[in-house]
Formats: sequence, C-alpha cells, structure tokens
Amino acid sequence: MDAAHIEIDRLTKRFGAFTAVDDVSFTVRAGEVLGFLGPNGAGKSTTMKMLAGFVTPSAGTARIMGEDVVDRPVAAKRHLGFLPEGAPTYPEMTVQGFLGFTARARGYRGSEAGDRVHDAMRMTSLEEVRLQPIETLSKGFKRRVGLAQALLHDPPVLVLDEPTDGLDPNQKHEVRNLIARMAPSKAMIISTHILEEVGAVCTRAIVIARGRVIADATPAELAARGPDLDTVFRELTREAA
Amino acid sequence: MGGTMTVARRELAAYFSTPVAYVFIVIFLVMSGALTFTLGGFFARSTADLQPFFAFVPWLFLLLVPAITMRLWAEERRLGTIELLLTLPIAQWQAVLGKFLAAWAFCAIALALTFPLVLTVNVLGDPDNGVIAAGYLGCLMVAGSYLAIGAAISALTKNQVIAFVLSVAVCFLFAAAGSPVVTEFLSRNLPVMAEVARGISVTDRLAAFSRGVISLRDVIFFASFIGVWLFANAIAVDLRKAD
Repeated sequence: MDAAHIEIDRLTKRFGAFTAVDDVSFTVRAGEVLGFLGPNGAGKSTTMKMLAGFVTPSAGTARIMGEDVVDRPVAAKRHLGFLPEGAPTYPEMTVQGFLGFTARARGYRGSEAGDRVHDAMRMTSLEEVRLQPIETLSKGFKRRVGLAQALLHDPPVLVLDEPTDGLDPNQKHEVRNLIARMAPSKAMIISTHILEEVGAVCTRAIVIARGRVIADATPAELAARGPDLDTVFRELTREAA
Repeated sequence: MGGTMTVARRELAAYFSTPVAYVFIVIFLVMSGALTFTLGGFFARSTADLQPFFAFVPWLFLLLVPAITMRLWAEERRLGTIELLLTLPIAQWQAVLGKFLAAWAFCAIALALTFPLVLTVNVLGDPDNGVIAAGYLGCLMVAGSYLAIGAAISALTKNQVIAFVLSVAVCFLFAAAGSPVVTEFLSRNLPVMAEVARGISVTDRLAAFSRGVISLRDVIFFASFIGVWLFANAIAVDLRKAD
C-alpha cells in the first residue's frame, strides 16, 4: 500500500522553556478525516502550523505526500491546502482578486487560473459576493473565502484550523457537507472545539493536551468510553492537566 | 521568478487600493516641486539642470519611503495574512523580493511623475538630458536603499509606528553620514571614521549620479547595500513570523 498522505514524525516545538508540542507522531491516509481536539493552548494550532511549514519545528519533522516540510517546504506546500486559524485574508482585495492571487501563487495562469477560482467560489457558494472587497463581508463569508483558497488547487492534503468557527448553523452544515464530499479522495486534519462535529464528519479523532497525544481512536470508540463525547473529552483533558 | 512577480503584483495593487498611494504621490510631487523652486533657487541659478531637485529628493524620501515600507510586513503580521502568504508554495526569499520590488516600482512611479520638471528645463534651456537621466537613476537607487532598510525593520515589529520611526532613524544615519557637519566633525576627532562615514553615505553617491557620473563602484555599492538589507529582511521574517 502507498505511504500515508500526512506523516507527523516526532514533532516538537519549544518556546523558551515552554514545550507547546511534545514529541507528537501520527499519520493520516487518504480517505481519513482526522478530528484534532484539545483545550485551548494544547498545541493544536502549533502542530498544524508546523505541518503547513509556517512554524519551524524544534525537533522532528512532518511529510506531506512524502515531501519533508523542513527540507523541501515549497514542494510540500504544493500538495497542501491550509486554512490558518481565523481564516486571514487581505481585507482590501475582492473575493475574486484574492483567489486569483492564490491561484497565481500556485502556478496557475490565464484561463486555467480563472477556472480554478470559479470552481472554488462555486464549491463555497461565494459567486454572489465575488466582486466585493473582503472587508465588507460577514464573518461567515470571510471564513468561506479562506476555505475557497485552501480548496482551489484540489490538494490531496487539507489542513483546516477551525473551519466552522463563527459560522451560523446552516453554514456549518454546508461546510460539513463539503468536507464529507471531498473526504474519500483526501487526507484531512480538522481542528475544532465542537465535539458534535467530530461525530458528524470525522473518521478518526486525536485528543491532544499539553502538547501530547492522549487519545487516538474513532469518534464512536471515544464516545463509548463514557456517557457521551463531551464527558470523555473533559475527563481525558483533565487527567492530562 | 513566478512567485516573486505574483507577490509583487498583489502588493503594488494593494498600494493603489488605499489612499496611501495617492497621498504619498501628491505630497511627494508638491514638496519636491516646492523645494526645487523655492529653497533650491531653480530660477535664480539660471542653469538648465535639476541639481536642486536631486539635492532634495533623498531628504524627502527619508520621510516618505519609511511611510511606504512600514506596513510591508508589520501589516501582514497584524492581520495574520503572513501565515497565508508563507504557506503558499513560494519560497520565503520570493516573498521578500516581491514585496521589495513592488515598493520600488511604486517609488519609480512617483519619480516618473516629476516629469514636468524635466519638460520645464528643456523648455527654458538646453540641459544635458543624460545627466538628468543619471540623476533619476541615482534617486531610484537611494529609494531602493531606504526601502530595503524599511522593509527589514518592518519585519521586526507588528507595530507600524515603531517600524516608521526606526526606519527614519536608520535611513537618516546613511543619509547624514556624508554631510559636511558629520565628516568635518569626524575628520577633526576620528579621521579613520570620516572615510567610513563618506563611504556609507547614500547622499554622497547620489551627488555623483546627479552630476552625471555613473561609476561602477557606486552601482555595486547600492546593489550590495540593497542585497544586505534584503538578506536581513529574510532573516527577520524567518525569526519573527510566528510570534
């Protein structure tokens, strides 16, 4: 069988004396949607930032489609769609202008770039606002612009940091459907605070606390350890604290 | 090269999507024109050249260029878009170079818009347009030097005001190093440093350009000056990007 799409290999990040991520290893294969859970400050975002090649690891490394994010960052990033925490975008650009920029940065030119932008806007229902400056959009639209940017090049690996944060229930539902549609062909990591989301879209869940992996199981297995997922999550993360 | 130009295009468009670009250009044109005709004694000199203009440009740039560069990286870090930019499949140096080139192109546009001065001297007299072209090239070099300084400092802080003030201070060092006040003081007290001060002065080198002298030494000086600061910029981005 082919290698895993995402390989996280003894990843460690220290900020001074504080260890944010402590010797974390796991892999994600195509077709897996990994829910990345943990309390605030547990190291979720830092792990994702290292995987995306933004934060340099203190030790260990990660590979995306076999490309090392430390040694071959540009090659690794080509296979990656990344939604950073808070879905940052350039506020003065229009939706179409912004997506056009990311398409060009990913090497698309001319009509192919146009098609990519168009498809990404269609998938995230952004067509009606395509000529509006991003700063005039609601939080839900801004989040979808971030998602569109991550999906634009149809990457085999998607890393989404809180993709449904700030969305209303209908928009959350749409994003979950979108994730479910893409799931079979991609390896995905989704961080979230919403535990019901894990049961709804994830095939596997990792709980992280104080920078360490403290549980790695399917959402059903995790939920079976107690009365419900919420209780299990609280128990697990309290023990680690 | 594709990544560099993509970043540069976006950045240049960003200047013109806010009033900053227009304020900058208008102030630059008004100030450079006013200084040339009043303090510079453009008419009183009754010489058909742009010496007074080229003498004021480095001092105008000293205040205006840091106003362009202060947002270059500080803004990306404040908005969090640096995380987006640096996780696109472009190398870090391409982002650094792209941003610098956009800012430089913007300064070139501002300089190009001073063309009525060139027309004026050509109508009033018979200037040596080669000398004028060399002067403009020198101005562009000074702009590039200040931009490279400002961009590197902008990468060190999230705060645009700090980036602006520090950049003005550092640019001032390189602008004032060749001024008579500094070199005379140094040659009386520290003769060794007087040579060094003249050597790192961007205004001294511009003076040569504005007399029509384009020496290889000066071009190499500016190129390596810009290169060193861009290198510092890349290091600063790498160190501070995730803070």
